[in-house]
Amino acid sequence: MRMSTRLAAEAKRAPGFDAQACMSCGVCTAVCPMGYEVLPRSLFRMVLLGLEEGVREHLPKIYSCLLCRMCEANCPAGVRIAENVRSLRTLVNRREFKLT
Amino acid sequence: MPLPTGVILGILADNLSRRGSVLPLSAAATTRWAKGLDLPRGGATVLYTGHMYQLIPTIEAMAGRMAALENSPLTKWFGLGRIANRFVNLSFFLGLLASRSRQRDYDRMLRSIAGLLRKAGVPFGYLYGDEMYSGALVYDEGMDETFGRHARKVAEVFRRHGVREVITVDPHTTNMLREVYPKFVPGFDVRVRSYLEVLAERAPAVARPASGELVIHDSCVYARYEKIVDPPRALLRRAGVTVREPALAGAATHCCGGPIEALFPAEAHRISTNRIGQLREAGSRIATMCPICLVNLRKAAAGTAEVADLAEVLAAAYGGEGEGEREDSKRQGRGT
Ligand code: SF4
Ligand code: SF4
Repeated sequence: MRMSTRLAAEAKRAPGFDAQACMSCGVCTAVCPMGYEVLPRSLFRMVLLGLEEGVREHLPKIYSCLLCRMCEANCPAGVRIAENVRSLRTLVNRREFKLT
Repeated sequence: MPLPTGVILGILADNLSRRGSVLPLSAAATTRWAKGLDLPRGGATVLYTGHMYQLIPTIEAMAGRMAALENSPLTKWFGLGRIANRFVNLSFFLGLLASRSRQRDYDRMLRSIAGLLRKAGVPFGYLYGDEMYSGALVYDEGMDETFGRHARKVAEVFRRHGVREVITVDPHTTNMLREVYPKFVPGFDVRVRSYLEVLAERAPAVARPASGELVIHDSCVYARYEKIVDPPRALLRRAGVTVREPALAGAATHCCGGPIEALFPAEAHRISTNRIGQLREAGSRIATMCPICLVNLRKAAAGTAEVADLAEVLAAAYGGEGEGEREDSKRQGRGT
């Protein structure tokens, strides 16, 4: 899998992105109504590691998030998960769809 | 093929930039609910609908067609749709598909809210055709530059009309104006309160006490973003309703699926079906406080539960059903 330090760097620079604080406990994925394996924890890991192809493969998951904050209400690390997902959308919109 | 995310987002952004809404409706359609209410134009405090209730009949008509297209080969034509939409407002044609009786239903909910506020003695005006959609969907989809330009246009309308306070009717517009606009519009200091907060502070007298049980469905945005949990409960209890809580309620509420309806209709339906199942375990009369929750949960209930907007439940107990209330008042010789 190709790594992209640019993706990780861009995500970390995005104003609403604080997934670096995530300790990967998995609570968010367990309570998420969507029930997808990658949402949101693994997705954040892929972004932070710059696993660009993995992120691209899971693009629909980024847009399937309900921004409902069920995960956030239960996150022990206080990660602003919904805002992180929104930041990822901003990034993808710009890079993939040329939308701002 | 799934619905093409980039093209759909492009259409939403084009519409917001060019026509002021993700799904532009005519001014006649967005202001029809206020006909005959004699609401003052503008003023320091305005009731701000943000067009959410008015949009639902069109969204409903559109959602059925989008769901049929999901995973169909026709999705490859969406790109052409985006190009055509730049020149012709395709939403206008979708608006024609909206059911008239549904439009009357959603207009009546807004009239109920206006009626309740009047009953409570709250002075407010309305911006009529100058009122705009908040831009919530474009913000949620992460198109911040497009959203920011729109938010500044809305703020300019407030400034021109001298608006200092808005009373909102749905959670999404409440959150946009209260939490998000100040980040995008320098100096934005309009006070924003939901009608539920306003009414909880100065509830009118109960005209026809309600009875029976009602299951409450909290909106994620009201409960988790805006921490609005107690006002609807206090108003219902005061009206005489026995409030039933589903297993996931208040700050632990479960989404209705609505936020992903435009891109993933089948997944949205899966979520709303799960939620209606949870609600039905608590009872078969359900109240929502967001028009998006209402339309999604009604569809998922498919007639197995009665799902109503909180405004109508409250108006039935407190009085103030828009035009009806004014007609009553005239007949009884007392002004509103
Ligand atoms: S709940 Fe919070 S800390 Fe745990 S995996 Fe999810 S984002 Fe990370
Ligand atoms: S905000 Fe998104 S990731 Fe978090 S629980 Fe809701 S749908 Fe799942």
